[in-house]
Amino acid sequence: MRAYVAIMAAIMLLAQTVWAIDAAPAFSDPQLQARYEKLTHQLRCLVCQNETIADSNATLAADLRKQLREMIAAGKSDQDILNYMTDRYGDFVLYKPPFEARTVLLWSAPVLLVLAGVIAAFNVIMRRARLPMEESNDAMSDDELDESRRRTV
Amino acid sequence: MSVELGHFALILAFCLAVAQSVFGLVGAMPGKSYLQSGVRPAVAGQFVFVVLAFASLALAFQHNDFSVLYVASNSNSQLPAFYRFAAIWGAHEGSLLLWLLVLACWSIAVAAFTKNMPATFVSRVLGVLGLVSAGFALFILATSNPFARLLPAALDGRDLNPLLQDPALAIHPPMLYTGYVGFAVPFAFAVAALLEGKLDPVWARWVRPWTTVAWMFLTVGIALGSWWAYYELGWGGWWFWDPVENASFMPWLAGTALIHSLAVTEKRGLFKSWTLLLAIFAFSLSLVGTFLVRSGVLVSVHAFASDPSRGMFILAFLVICIGGSLSLYAWRAQRFGSTAGFAVVSRESFLLLNNVLLVAAASLILVGTLYPLFLDALHLGKISVGPPYFATVFMIPMLPLLFLLAVGMHAAWKRAKLESVKTKLLVMVGASIALAIIVPLVSYGSVSVLSVIGFTAGMWVLLSSLIEPVSRWRAGHKLSASVLGMSVAHLGLGVFVLGATVVKAYEIEKDLSLTPGQSVTLGNYEFKLNDTRNVVGPNYDAIEATVVVSRLGREVTVLHPQKRTYRVQTNPMTEAGIDPGWNRDVFVAMGEPLGQGAWSFRLQYKPLVRFIWIGAVIMALGGFIGVTDRRYRARVPRSADEAAREATVGA
Amino acid sequence: MWRYAIPVAIFAVLFGFLFVGLNRDPSYVPSPLIGKHAPAFSLTTVEDPNKQVSPEDFHGKPFVLNVWGTWCAECRREHETLLEISRQGLAPIVGLNWKDERESAEQWLRQLGDPYAATAFDPEGRAGIDWGVYGAPETFLIDANGVIVYKHIAPLTMEVWNREFVPRIRAGGGRS
Repeated sequence: MRAYVAIMAAIMLLAQTVWAIDAAPAFSDPQLQARYEKLTHQLRCLVCQNETIADSNATLAADLRKQLREMIAAGKSDQDILNYMTDRYGDFVLYKPPFEARTVLLWSAPVLLVLAGVIAAFNVIMRRARLPMEESNDAMSDDELDESRRRTV
Repeated sequence: MSVELGHFALILAFCLAVAQSVFGLVGAMPGKSYLQSGVRPAVAGQFVFVVLAFASLALAFQHNDFSVLYVASNSNSQLPAFYRFAAIWGAHEGSLLLWLLVLACWSIAVAAFTKNMPATFVSRVLGVLGLVSAGFALFILATSNPFARLLPAALDGRDLNPLLQDPALAIHPPMLYTGYVGFAVPFAFAVAALLEGKLDPVWARWVRPWTTVAWMFLTVGIALGSWWAYYELGWGGWWFWDPVENASFMPWLAGTALIHSLAVTEKRGLFKSWTLLLAIFAFSLSLVGTFLVRSGVLVSVHAFASDPSRGMFILAFLVICIGGSLSLYAWRAQRFGSTAGFAVVSRESFLLLNNVLLVAAASLILVGTLYPLFLDALHLGKISVGPPYFATVFMIPMLPLLFLLAVGMHAAWKRAKLESVKTKLLVMVGASIALAIIVPLVSYGSVSVLSVIGFTAGMWVLLSSLIEPVSRWRAGHKLSASVLGMSVAHLGLGVFVLGATVVKAYEIEKDLSLTPGQSVTLGNYEFKLNDTRNVVGPNYDAIEATVVVSRLGREVTVLHPQKRTYRVQTNPMTEAGIDPGWNRDVFVAMGEPLGQGAWSFRLQYKPLVRFIWIGAVIMALGGFIGVTDRRYRARVPRSADEAAREATVGA
Repeated sequence: MWRYAIPVAIFAVLFGFLFVGLNRDPSYVPSPLIGKHAPAFSLTTVEDPNKQVSPEDFHGKPFVLNVWGTWCAECRREHETLLEISRQGLAPIVGLNWKDERESAEQWLRQLGDPYAATAFDPEGRAGIDWGVYGAPETFLIDANGVIVYKHIAPLTMEVWNREFVPRIRAGGGRS
């Protein structure tokens, strides 16, 4: 299965020498151009090895960029355009995963990890703050460490 | 020398690695110490034979021996000699041989520089390293043999991937491998300590220089990869959160946490079990990274050709190394407690928070990278997790870390008295905020909340890291390498953050078409296409454009971007024309011909982008300086004053 | 004491996922159009620029849509299978000639045989995008009500045809 996709991708790349850089001029309205650039950097090129349609030189990516351009010019909103893509290609085409039941863990993981870590750290700190400040039973001063290193077996 | 000899040498290397691990680990058991005398010779022997195996492959490349399948797949008679050498690690099999070679180099270094340590302990360390080497050698021999023949021999090779035909190929993988293979050393030290059942703080002093050197190489390796992608791929990006990039970044974060945890263990005998866990964690992430890149479970531009049987082997190896060491940890770690305390505000607290945030960052990258795999394995469909996710969530642990760092650098051990630096820090944060608002407004014309926060963080860390060295220098005290190294490394981080923030907030990119004679403006810059002409290279043909770049009317430079077609692999490639500067890069890449001499171009203005790599290099330099500290060199007596001074705010 | 076992427990879970992941294909993209009404199009045929063809033309009975191009080597490989399937006559095959040139496509069909009831000409790939096509060959099964019930990526073989397509066609083209 993977081989087929790889072969298809290779054929598509070799068959046409279209490049990621668009032949069409930029939007004259800088806001529209900014939207275009933002969206092309959010959408995945399906036949590539992990690239956005903005950076890919595959024909499918060029076609999708053209489609995007037309939809922006036609006044569609960002959400409309993203829905258009996911209706046809699924959530796989979005580099920013939607927030839904199956991605709750993904989106909450960063905050949970940091919170868990910070809480654990504070537990340790509070506990240690109540202990005597003298040296740990086997902590060594710099000189002792030097001595220890110099000792050969 | 035919490759069969190389193959044989590799088999011998495997046997010697097994011998090394047996002598090392069994020799540490009571009553078997006579085996220990065999360990160092086994290490030396393994090293010699790995070098021979590597040399035989190198010769096959140099002599264009296309009867060797690997050479035929990755080289070509027209390939310049320099690349014929670097092509050795251009694909999966050869890069694994490089992995093994780097590990052999680290092993022999450990064998050579540990003469002063207890013999049993060193024996265990080398034994563990032998296990890892044996595993990799077996992996190469069983599934990824670079010495396989292609009969009948090909007339000419399929050429090295044009994207790899660049000087950076010669240094990026070796640096990167030296880094994350190097984490095998603290890993081996940790497993040896767990096996032994005790851990003196002197252990931390032994391990720290090894860890720092490996970390240094990894920092440089990652920075090189980023820089290479920037100028080679033609779209001007420097980090894509691609699975392979993440695979090298996660060990880096864990390694950074490890270095800081070692500092606490060395100084106060605390956090022992944390340090052991981090040492295992860092190398485990290196191994998981190796798995991800070569097994085909994830899609990436960098991924080597995948093969599920290879994936199975590496997975089995992961279970032995990671599962084994973590099980050992679960069993033995409770022996390593300690009873000392520290105040709520102290260096120890800051370092603990620092490590927690770094580990959280590494973990969240792991979650994000593997999430599509999780969902797919649970039959919940396919999703993609890319830069929009990572760039956002990475800030969650990182921004607090930066702000804590600026303060924590000055905390003393046990109980921090920040009174002496409080004013300086407040002044600096005020200055940073002011600069964060003024500089972008003046230079780039706008500010945003995120750019102000990022700029302030970077600037504050940078200024804060100067406090210690400057005040010591003014007081006429000598600065120990350790403290200087720490300051330099943190300064590098500040520089990096400034670069990353500014380039992300203020870069300008435009795709447009140009006909000869036409000019366009981008910000303050003007780009004029003079002409295009044909160019013939050693193994490619190209069209080269001449683009004159001016700023506010005055000519700055002439750039020559190229669109190359390599003769063997025939994929078109773009070579960007870049005008580098400390404060900005101007970047021009060619797209496609539009007829009548017109071409589409991508023009970019990248402010402070060089700070990203300069910052990383400064960080690595800080690590290097720190390692040269006299405490890591044996038998150098110090005066009492120096010892006393270091005891207060030592690194 | 048990907290020291947390890392190895996490690793065990991770290992489980990596193990299962080895057998999954990360670049295979399933179609979100399964169960949805077939996207409409009205395109000229390859042979005759004046004739139109659309999925509506085949409403009422299950049919197959095959995406192909003369530039696609794998399509050449599956051509034999398509000819065999069209001979069987179980369901008509509608071709979607994707991102191709009219003359090349005509020549291909003339030289190699035409298994298609009709071939739509989609040089720009618009219809392809509507159908979520991202490579060739791809083959869709549409039921009698015009709902897409199955999509196969990669060349069609008799084995896949008999295993996936025939049962669904026999069941009235409903989702099995």
